[in-house]
Amino acid sequence: MNIPVTPGDLLAIGPISVMFAGALVVLLAESIFRNGEAWNRWLALAGFLAAGTVAFLNTGWSGVAFGGTVATGGFANYCAIVYASAGALSVLLSTDYLRKTGIAFGEYYALLMIAVLGMMLMGAALDLVVFFLGLETMSIAFYVLAAFARSQGTSNESGLKYFLLGAFATGFLLYGIALVYGTTGTTSIPLIRDKAPSLIGTPVFTIGLALILIGLLFKIAAVPFHMWAPDVYEGAPTPVSGFMATGGKAAAFAAFLVLFRPEVLGGEKGLRDVIAVVAAASMIFGNVVAIAQSSIKRMLAYSSIAHAGYILVGVVAANATGANGVLFYLMAYTVMNIGAFGVLAMVENGAGENLHFEDYAGLSAQAPVLSLMMALFMFSLAGVPPFAGFFGKYYVFAGAIQAGYTWLAIVGVLMSVVSAYYYLRLVVMMYFTAASASPRRVGKSSAGLLALGIAVAALVYLGLFPSTIIDVTSRFF
Amino acid sequence: MLTEFGRVFLFILIGIVFVAIGLVVAWLLRPHRPYPSKRTTYECGETPVGDTRMRFNVRFYVIALIFIVFDVEVVFLFPWALVYLSLGWFAFFEMIAFLTILFAGYAYVWRKGDLEWDRPAPRIPRYERGVGVREARLTEDEIAV
Amino acid sequence: MSVPLPYYLGLSAVLFAIGVIGVLTRRNVIVVFMSIELMLNSVNLTLVAYSSFLGDVSGQALVFFVMAVAAAEAAVGLALVIALFRNKQTVNIDQINILKW
Repeated sequence: MNIPVTPGDLLAIGPISVMFAGALVVLLAESIFRNGEAWNRWLALAGFLAAGTVAFLNTGWSGVAFGGTVATGGFANYCAIVYASAGALSVLLSTDYLRKTGIAFGEYYALLMIAVLGMMLMGAALDLVVFFLGLETMSIAFYVLAAFARSQGTSNESGLKYFLLGAFATGFLLYGIALVYGTTGTTSIPLIRDKAPSLIGTPVFTIGLALILIGLLFKIAAVPFHMWAPDVYEGAPTPVSGFMATGGKAAAFAAFLVLFRPEVLGGEKGLRDVIAVVAAASMIFGNVVAIAQSSIKRMLAYSSIAHAGYILVGVVAANATGANGVLFYLMAYTVMNIGAFGVLAMVENGAGENLHFEDYAGLSAQAPVLSLMMALFMFSLAGVPPFAGFFGKYYVFAGAIQAGYTWLAIVGVLMSVVSAYYYLRLVVMMYFTAASASPRRVGKSSAGLLALGIAVAALVYLGLFPSTIIDVTSRFF
Repeated sequence: MLTEFGRVFLFILIGIVFVAIGLVVAWLLRPHRPYPSKRTTYECGETPVGDTRMRFNVRFYVIALIFIVFDVEVVFLFPWALVYLSLGWFAFFEMIAFLTILFAGYAYVWRKGDLEWDRPAPRIPRYERGVGVREARLTEDEIAV
Repeated sequence: MSVPLPYYLGLSAVLFAIGVIGVLTRRNVIVVFMSIELMLNSVNLTLVAYSSFLGDVSGQALVFFVMAVAAAEAAVGLALVIALFRNKQTVNIDQINILKW
């Protein structure tokens, strides 16, 4: 096997190269300058914006690089834009939070960039080796980010739990990769897709696919591999939770779309039904348990399990409508969930308090702009039209109905109604409940408000003109 | 007739029997006179300092962690070394790029002071004749990295 | 003459199962972590066996990457354990319970 590699390949995977160079520069800046953190904030933001721009300019074009192991343009660049915007929003939301909690170290930004680098590799992977490397690059950065507040017991615990269970899941994923490699004789994903129809029903091949599925389901926190999510999201620093819940999930779903194309999933009827059941279970479990939470951070963690279920519906559909729905949903979910966690990070005080429903009583009188934005994020998460969340759900459910999974769409709609209860409960708390006696201090970070403003604008825009995204994504399938 | 692995099995069996015979014969022939200094830890004829099951300074672990990461990256050098003559200059520059990244990490670690040993004040172990040393309980400071 | 492929696959499956059981039953973080390493190495065995059986080197290339990733994971994992130990003075999973499991 001889893969011709040229320096031109590095240009072809533009966003990834930019991200990588940026991460190195940030790391070196941290070690050279005394106040590296102040520099790195802007370096990281510039890096994310540059990567996003490079990706945006090349979205229309698509090809392969590095001897067909990495996809360029098109789908890969769309994913890169989602991850870069998640990274940029996280940087803006983190600066004030890091100072508040006393963990303002420059490495934070380097880790964010490395995590985004891994996600982009996952989205672009056309080879199981590249996919595995991307996944691990992302995960290892996440383990450290979750434990970033290293003097806090909760953060340590969150990082360690994520690490142990994540590494456990990696073991399953790798074993799956090994078995698929053994039966198909290749690690190239397009070749595996070609060979899949002839291998359907071979036990070893099906077991291999199932093990890869387990590894991915773990990363998106779908039932029954969700146990880690509430603890990890609750213990990690709040902006990190938002970033992990959106970027990390989006990366795993991009891998889902690449690996479990209709050619593979259409033949493996059993596997497809298993994913359908997992999707239904995630929606039901996530939404029902979220109702019982008193901490908003934990409520959002359970709701992220439910959202993983909604997005999985689009994967089960395995048709163009479903896949477009998944990609649209990922963009919308990234914006609205980072926004919701961002508001949490601003209201939270340095000691990790003010995270409960009662702490938000009467917030609208004290911080009208922040409350309005939080209310919009909640409406969108609940799937109220005309916000982006509604159209995300609409497309994935429409895809499922086209594919004959009507029961799944019905479960999804019913559970969306259930979810409205706890999302709107927060809105009621902010607007129609008297403030508690003890005054709370709400952070005033202009960078954070800017990020939230951008998120709200994107939410409304995506809700009013969903076709701008769908027109782009429908060219990928 | 024996298969290949039959021979391996036979080899293992002979090995076990050989060692067992040696031990049993020595046990039958040798005199048995134990006394305390015979049972202390062997330290090249010196009087032993400290118990063998001592607690290591946690700094060892930090150094070891750094070592592991850089050590395992060398695994990529071996396949490269085998083929780089046939791949030409591009492979050479590619490996230079890889090593540059490694050195960026190394520079970071160095600059952050994780390679400094920065010893704590020496703690003289208490010596008890014949039994070796009871280690002093580590203070909070020493447990911390 | 060589050992047939199923022997290798059986051995690595058994090693993998030992690793899984170790993760699920052990209570010491370090031992759990060693069990995870065992799982990764059993995968390496599978990959090398298939690679030699298929006469294709890409499986062995993947083994290199798995080894490098496992080392990086080990470094991060042990650093996390040290950080936790400084706060809680324990490496027992049952005592790592501030957050509800």
